[in-house]
Amino acid sequence: MVLKRVSGRKATEMRPMIAKVGVVPNADGSAIFAFGNSIAIAAVYGPRQLHPQHMQDPSTGILRVTYDLLSFSVSDRKKPGPSRRSQEISKVIEWSLLPVLDLKEFPNTVVDVQVYIPQADASTRVAAINAASMALAHAGLPMKDLVTAVSVGKLDKDLVVDVDKDEEDFEGGEGPTDFPMAKIAQSEAFTLLQLDGKIPPESVKKALAMGSDACNEVYEVQKKALKEFV
Amino acid sequence: MRTPINEAREAPEEEMISAEVSKRTIVVPGEIIVEGDDYLPGEGARREGEKVVASRFGLGEIAGRVVKVIPMSGAYVPRRNNVVLGRVTDITFNGWLLDLDCPGSGFLPIAESPRFINQHEMDQFLAIGDIAAVKIWSIKGRGIDLTLKGKGLGKLEGGFIFRINASRVPRIIGREGSMINLIKDNTHCQITVGQNGWVWISGESTKDELRARKAVEYIANNVQITGLTDHMEEWFTKN
Repeated sequence: MVLKRVSGRKATEMRPMIAKVGVVPNADGSAIFAFGNSIAIAAVYGPRQLHPQHMQDPSTGILRVTYDLLSFSVSDRKKPGPSRRSQEISKVIEWSLLPVLDLKEFPNTVVDVQVYIPQADASTRVAAINAASMALAHAGLPMKDLVTAVSVGKLDKDLVVDVDKDEEDFEGGEGPTDFPMAKIAQSEAFTLLQLDGKIPPESVKKALAMGSDACNEVYEVQKKALKEFV
Repeated sequence: MRTPINEAREAPEEEMISAEVSKRTIVVPGEIIVEGDDYLPGEGARREGEKVVASRFGLGEIAGRVVKVIPMSGAYVPRRNNVVLGRVTDITFNGWLLDLDCPGSGFLPIAESPRFINQHEMDQFLAIGDIAAVKIWSIKGRGIDLTLKGKGLGKLEGGFIFRINASRVPRIIGREGSMINLIKDNTHCQITVGQNGWVWISGESTKDELRARKAVEYIANNVQITGLTDHMEEWFTKN
């Protein structure tokens, strides 16, 4: 049986994406990326001198990511300020971006990436990764490739791409499953794989293949946005 | 009276435009610029087997055999021999520390000043908060050494400064200073553009100064126009 998605989308159909670079004038690089109603705004500052000094690394620059939901982004007001969740997501975003970045040219410095979610409808961490990757490119930093991310979900036994809030909270059948992933755009190397829920091992390969195809779609959107920058 | 700066020349890539230069296209990191063994990856590009790939975002350019990526955005990265504007943040016993709007602060030794300065009266020459046009003498592991020896370098008095993106500086200056001279002629202002994107303007009247600032910001926002110098000549008749 194939369950119909609440939004009426096909299993491999993503929400309309919005991508734009240069949205924060005071930042060295910035980008906005949206999956439907999930919006992420990323701003990159630096490379700049890192303080406190003991955190400096004389062999390379470091990356520091801050991710957070704005208090009005969700229906129950989110208490402002860092939380366990936002700190964890900041860290996984940092790890998903680090493999493409080369900051060896900028020893003792930091590149600050701030990603904020003004409106959330699930899949915010992958939207944040997409925005951050574009913002890092816009900041002119040396990168191997862009990072693209997407989430795969499961409605009972059916895999669907780009999970929204209704699907994330799906309670039927085997329960809700959210499988966010990020990969280096032009390769099959994944830099983020998380799983919230249950998925049978034989479905994982299929989920990765679906995610990979969706990532390629995201990559085209990111590339287009960067090329439209004047 | 100090001579207006001419040292902050346009980046060399702008000067060496030859018939061989291909049309520039915007490239994203990881994008293939050209394929073939004949090409040499220059700044912002790297070789991956047969292909030459962009390693940063910018304008991809193939000049003869050399393939490079010209920055369009991002923070200023200091280079040797760049003329930059800096603000004095501290005075030490043997020199000044300058904020150059880039990682690491610049150090200007007292010996680099054009005339003798008493160690106890260093703030008579450059006080904290003063702006100076300086040249990057060397970049060492930690810190940037500056010099004041050179044409057009020194303290900037009067006028005001503002920032533009450092990648736009070559366009503001123009080929052999054509654009900056055009602005100077049309506004009767003294203008100094640092490679770090700081611009200093000083003129007879505030009206002239603001007109010059408007012109500089207009160019910074419209770098993609071809034949920008001619375009600006027209712009000055309207503004």
